[in-house]
Amino acid sequence: MALVEAIGVRKSFGHTEVLKGIDLEVERGEVVCLLGPSGAGKSTFLRCVNHLETIDAGRIWVDGVPVGFRSAGGKLYELREREAAHQRRDVGMVFQRFNLFPHRTALENVMEGPVQVLGRGRAEVRAEAVALLERVGLAEKAGAYPGQLSGGQQQRVAIARALAMKPKLMLFDEPTSALDPELVGEVLDVMTSLARDGMTMIVVTHEIGFARSVADRVAFLVDGAVVETGTPADVLDNPQQPRTQQFLAKVL
Amino acid sequence: MASDLRTAEGVRPSELVVVPLRHPWRWVSGAVILLVIAGIGWAMAEARIQWEDVPGFFTHPAMLEGVVNTIVLAVAAQGGAIVLGVVIALMRLSANPVARWFAVGYIWLFRGLPVLLQILIWFNLALVFQNITIPMLFSVPTNVVMTAFVAALLGLGLNESAYMAEIVRAGLSSVDSGQTEAAKSIGMTPMTTLRRVVLPQAMRVIIPPTGNNFINMIKGTSMASVIAFLELIHAANNISSRNLEIMETLFAAAAWYLVMVSLASIGQHYLERAYGPR
Repeated sequence: MALVEAIGVRKSFGHTEVLKGIDLEVERGEVVCLLGPSGAGKSTFLRCVNHLETIDAGRIWVDGVPVGFRSAGGKLYELREREAAHQRRDVGMVFQRFNLFPHRTALENVMEGPVQVLGRGRAEVRAEAVALLERVGLAEKAGAYPGQLSGGQQQRVAIARALAMKPKLMLFDEPTSALDPELVGEVLDVMTSLARDGMTMIVVTHEIGFARSVADRVAFLVDGAVVETGTPADVLDNPQQPRTQQFLAKVL
Repeated sequence: MASDLRTAEGVRPSELVVVPLRHPWRWVSGAVILLVIAGIGWAMAEARIQWEDVPGFFTHPAMLEGVVNTIVLAVAAQGGAIVLGVVIALMRLSANPVARWFAVGYIWLFRGLPVLLQILIWFNLALVFQNITIPMLFSVPTNVVMTAFVAALLGLGLNESAYMAEIVRAGLSSVDSGQTEAAKSIGMTPMTTLRRVVLPQAMRVIIPPTGNNFINMIKGTSMASVIAFLELIHAANNISSRNLEIMETLFAAAAWYLVMVSLASIGQHYLERAYGPR
C-alpha cells in the first residue's frame, strides 16, 4: 500500500465544492508536487491529508490508517479532536505563512512538539533540536525569536519544527509564496536536501523549477480534480490536457 | 557660482539668521495651571482640617484592618472573576449552541445590573431562600453562609466575571488561527494548544484591560460598606463616628486607595513587560 492513498476526496465550503473527487497515491520516499491555478483546491487537499479540514466524501489513508477515523469491526468511527491530534504526530506540515510560535525562540519552537506532545526529556530533545537547526543552516539563530528572523529563516525553522516530530510524511503548503524572491532559494535548498534524504513529501507550489528538478511526480489540479499526473518531464514538457497546457504556457 | 547667491533682499544664504518659532501660549497656559494648583494648595492649607491627625488615622489599627479586608476582597473577587471569565469565554466560543447562549445570557445579566444592586440581592438572599440546598449533597441555612464578605464577593466577582469573559474572548480571538493550525500540525491536543500556544499570546491583549479592571475592583470594594463589611470606607466611618474628624479619616482612606492602586499599576507594568512583544 502506498504511504498516502486518497480516493474520491470531496470537500465543500458552504455551497462551493472545492474538491470534486481527488484520487492520489504517494509512495514511500516519493516527492509529489501539486501544481495548478489558484483556487484549484491544492491547499485544501493538503489540509485534508492532515485532517485540518474534514472531508465530506471519499477517504484518505496515511500509512494504512484512515485519516480522521478509527476503523474497528468493519466500521469507521470519527475521531475526537485529541485522537486526531495523535494521528497528526506522524505528519509534518509547513505553512505558507510559517506560523512559528512568536513567543518562543527558534530552538523552543523546534523543541515544543517532542517535549509537549511526545513528553520526551528536554535534554535529549534539545540536542536533536540543535542538530535540526544546524541541518537547516540556522544553528547560530537558536536563541532568536521569530520576529527577529527573515521570512526565509522563519520558514527553515518551521521545517525544523515539523521534522522534530520525526514524521513519516511532510506536507508543504506553498512554502515559498510569502517570501521575498531572494529568500526563496534557501528554503527550496532545504527541501531539496530533505527529498534527497528520502523523505516522503507532498508539496503545493508555484515553483515549476523546483517541481522539475526535485519531484518524482507532479499532479496537476484544476477545479478540484486531478487532470493530469506523471513525471515532471511528461507533465511539464509534454502536457496532454488543454488546461495543463494553458497553465504552463502562462507560468513557463 | 554658489558664493554669488543672494536672496531678494541681497543677503548671502550663509548669513541668514534663523528665528525659532516661539510658543507664548505655552507659557501662559502653563502659568494658569500652576496658579490653579497653587490656589488649591492654599485653600487646603487654610481649610479647617487637622492635617496633623491624618497620619495617625492612616496607621490606625481599625484602618489597617480595613485595608487588609479591602485587599482580600478585591483579590478574591478578581481571582474568581478571572477563572469564571475564562470558563464563560470558552463557552462563548464553544461549538455547543446551548453553551454559547448561556454565556451570552450570563454576560448580559451580570454586566447589566449595578454592582451595588447585586451585592444587596446576595446579602438579602435569606429573605427568600431559607436554605441553600443541593439535593443529596448538602443543605445549609442561607443566613449562615451569606455573610457580608460572601455577599460582597459574589456581587463584585460575578459582575467582574462578565467583563473578564469579554476580555478573555477578545484575547483568544486576537490570536491568529494559523497558530492553532501549527499547534495541531505538530500533534498538540486542544488543551495543550490553549495552554502553550493560544493563552500566552492572548495574555498580551488580556492583561492591560484586566489591570484596569482590577484597579476598578479595588475601589469597587467600597460598595461593600453598605452591607457593613469592614472594608476601608467602613473602617474610616467607624473611626470618624467616634471622633467626628470625618474629612481627616476620609483623607487617610484616600491615601490608602492611592497606595493600593499605585502598587497595582506597578504590578500591571511588570506583567505587561513579561508578556510583551518580542
